[in-house]
Amino acid sequence: MAIDLSFIWAGIIAFAVLAYVVLDGFDLGIGIVFPFFRQRRDRDVMTNSIAPVWDGNETWLVLGGGGLMAVFPLAYAIIMPALYMPIILMLVSLIFRGVAFEFRWRTHHESHLWDFGFWIGSSVAALMQGIALGALVQGIAVEGRRYAGGWWDWLTPFSALTGVAVLVGYALLGVTWLNLKTSGDIQARSAKLARPLSVCLLALIGAISVWTPFINEMYFERWFGWPTAFFSSFVPLLLAVCASALWHGLIHGKHLQPFLAALGLFVLSFAGLGISFYPYIIPGVLTISDAAAPESSLKFLLVGAVVLLPMILAYTGYAYWVFRGKVDPEEGYH
Amino acid sequence: MTFFGLEAEMLARIQFAFTVSFHFIFPAFSIGTASYLAVLNALWLWKREEAYLKLFEYWKTIFAVTFAMGVVSGIVMSYQFGTNWSAFSDKAGPVIGPLMGYEVLTAFFLEAGFLGIALFGRKRVGDTAHMVAVAMVAIGTLISATWITAANSWMHTPAGFSIDANGVFVPEDWWQIIFNPSFPYRMTHTVMAAFLTTAFAVGAVGAWHLLKDRTNRQARIMFSMAMWMAAIVTPIQIFVGDLHGLNTLEHQPAKIAALEGHYETHKDGAPLVLFGIPDDEAETTRYAVEVPNLGSLILRHELNGEIKGLKEWPRDQRPPALMPFITFRIMVGLGFLMLGVGLWSLWARWKGNLYDTHWLHRVAVAMGGSGFVAVLAGWYTTEVGRQPWTVYGHLRTADSLSPVSAPAVGTSLLIFIAVYFVVFGVGVYYLLKLMRRPPTPLDTDRKLDAGPIRTTGITPGAAQDHPVGGHHGH
Repeated sequence: MAIDLSFIWAGIIAFAVLAYVVLDGFDLGIGIVFPFFRQRRDRDVMTNSIAPVWDGNETWLVLGGGGLMAVFPLAYAIIMPALYMPIILMLVSLIFRGVAFEFRWRTHHESHLWDFGFWIGSSVAALMQGIALGALVQGIAVEGRRYAGGWWDWLTPFSALTGVAVLVGYALLGVTWLNLKTSGDIQARSAKLARPLSVCLLALIGAISVWTPFINEMYFERWFGWPTAFFSSFVPLLLAVCASALWHGLIHGKHLQPFLAALGLFVLSFAGLGISFYPYIIPGVLTISDAAAPESSLKFLLVGAVVLLPMILAYTGYAYWVFRGKVDPEEGYH
Repeated sequence: MTFFGLEAEMLARIQFAFTVSFHFIFPAFSIGTASYLAVLNALWLWKREEAYLKLFEYWKTIFAVTFAMGVVSGIVMSYQFGTNWSAFSDKAGPVIGPLMGYEVLTAFFLEAGFLGIALFGRKRVGDTAHMVAVAMVAIGTLISATWITAANSWMHTPAGFSIDANGVFVPEDWWQIIFNPSFPYRMTHTVMAAFLTTAFAVGAVGAWHLLKDRTNRQARIMFSMAMWMAAIVTPIQIFVGDLHGLNTLEHQPAKIAALEGHYETHKDGAPLVLFGIPDDEAETTRYAVEVPNLGSLILRHELNGEIKGLKEWPRDQRPPALMPFITFRIMVGLGFLMLGVGLWSLWARWKGNLYDTHWLHRVAVAMGGSGFVAVLAGWYTTEVGRQPWTVYGHLRTADSLSPVSAPAVGTSLLIFIAVYFVVFGVGVYYLLKLMRRPPTPLDTDRKLDAGPIRTTGITPGAAQDHPVGGHHGH
C-alpha cells in the first residue's frame, strides 16, 4: 500500500512539473524572444497576452518544489543542495521577470530597463532549469542521506546542452503562443521566428537523445534493451509526428496547431525522461519508494490533492476561457 | 571554511532571515489589502457610489504590484528549505511539507487563478463573477496565512508526531499537528497584524491626501475606514498578544525569559524590565530600568508569580536575549502608539472633526509604516526566541543545515542582498509613487498607472507618448 501511494505521488509531482513546463514555458518564452520585438507597443501586447495567467502558471513551480518536500523529502533534501547554484540563479531570475510585468508600467524612464530584466530573467531562468535537469540526468553523488558532490558538479557539457535546449524550447513555445494569441505584424513575425527555432530544437532533442543512453548503462538498457525498447520506441515515433505537425502548421499559417505541436514535443521529451528515470527519482541512487515520506504524510496530502487538483484545473481553465481569443491592442478590459 | 569570518550555519540563518523578512513585508500588506478590496467592491455593488469604485481601482493597482513582489519572493522561500536547510527538510519535511502543500493547493492556486479576473476581468465576466473572483483572492490570502502559521507554530510547539530511526519526524495525528498549542494564538495575532498593517498604510495614504485636500471624498472614506480599524482592532490585538505571550510562557519559557531580560529566576514576583541591555556572556541585564512585580502581574496575572530566568537552562539551550529583548519592545511600543492613534481618531470623530484635525493626519502619515516594523519586530522576537532549535526541543538549528560550504551560502546571500535591495527597493518606490496619486484619478491619469492589460482600450501608444511626469503631482 505504501508503495502504491508513493507511485501515485510520483505521478502527481511529475504532472505538476510538466504543467509548470508547458504553462510557464510559453510565459518565459515570450521574455526570451523580447529582443526580436523592439517596439514598446508590441511588447505591451506580448506581456498582455500572459498578464492574467502568469501568476497561476508559476504556482505550479511552487507545487513542484513544495510537493517534493512534502512527499519525497529525502529527494528534495539531496537534489536542492546538489543543484544549489542553478536553483538560486533561477530564483533570482524569476524575481526579475516577475516584477518586470508590473514595474514596466510604473515608469517611463526605466521601462526599457525592466524590459531588459524581463528578457534576461526569462532567459537565465530557462537556461538554469535546463541545466538543473541535465545535471539530474547525469546523476548526483550521494552519501547516506546527504548530497556528497562538489559545488560545480552541475556544470558539464551535457547539462549546458540541456540548458540551451530548454531555452530554445521555451522560445518556441513563446512564439507559437504569440502566433495563437496575437494578430497582424506580431503574429507574422512570431510565425517566422518559429521556423528556425523549430529546427534548432529538433536538432537539440536529437543530440540529447543520442547522448543520454551513453551517460548511464541503465538508460542504455531502457532504450536499447529488449523488451523495453519496443515501448520506448513509441516516443521517437510520436516525436516525429509532432515535428511534422509543427512544420505543417507553420507552413500553412495555422494558429493553434504549431502551439499544440510544440507542447507535444515537450510532453514527449518529458515522457522520454520518465522512461529513463523510472523507478528512480535520483537516477541510480534513490528510488521513488525509498525517497517517499511516511505513509501518514502521503495519505494526508493525497486526500487534498485528489479533491483540489481537479478544482484547480477547472478554475484555471475558466481563467483561460475568460481571456480567450486574440489579444486586441485596442480592446479595453475594464 | 568560513566566509568573511562567518560559518555556513550563521550565513544560512542570515540568508533565511533576510529573504523571509523581505518576503513577509508583501503578504503582510496584501493579506489586508485583498480583504479591503473585497469590502470596497462589495460597497460599490451595494451602494453604487462612484467613490468606492474609484477606491477599488486605486488600491487594486497597488495590490497588484505588492502581490507580484510577494509571489516572486515567496517562490524563493519554497526552495530555500532545500538549498540551505536540507537536513531540516529531510527530517521535518514529512510534517512541514504537507502543510505547505495544502497552502499551495488551497490558497496559492486560488489567489493566482482568480487574480487575473479580479484585476482585469470586470467587463468580461460581469459584476457578480467579478465580485466572486475578488472574494476568492481575499479568502485565498487568509487560507494561506492559516496554513503557514500552522507550519510555523508546529516548529515552536511541535505535537502529534513520533521520531523514527533516521531522525525523521513521522506524523501521527494531523489534527494535533495543525492545532498545535501555539497555532490559534499565532494565527490570530498574525492575521490581525496584517489587517493593522494595511489599516495604517491606508490611513496614512488617506491622511496624506486629506492634508492636501480635506474635501476629497475618496481620501475621507479611506481615512475613516482605516481609523475604525485602528480603533477597534488594536485593542483586540493587544489582548490577543497578551494571550499569545501567556501561551509562550507555558510552552517556551526560555523565550519569555530572554525577551523579558531575566537571567535569574524570580520565585516571588519578577520585575518588569522596561529598558536595559541583556548581556548573555555576563548573564545579566545591564542598565536595567525595572518596575517591581509588574512582570509577574503581566505574565502570571498575580504580583508574586514565579518567572524563570535563563540560568534555569544550560547555556547551549538558551536563545540569545538581546535581539528578542529589543524587538519585543519595538513591537509593544508600536502597538500602544497604534492604540493611541485609534483612540485619538475616536475622539476626533466624536467631536466631528476627523477630517479637520491636521495633527492627527500628520501623525497618521508618520505611522504609515508602523505595521510593517511591528510585524517584523514581532517575528524576530518569536523566531530568534526559538533558537537554538528549528523544531523546538527536538531538532537543533545546527543539525538542520545542508551540507553546504560557507562560500556557497555567502555568495548566494550577497546575490540575494543585491537583487532584493535593487528590485524591491525600486518596487517600494513605485508603490509610494502610486500612493502619492490623488485618489481621484482622471481618465488621463488612469492610463499610465493602471498596469498591464489596462493599456488596452486606453491605447498603449498614447501612454508611451505621454510626457514624462505628466501623470502625477498635479
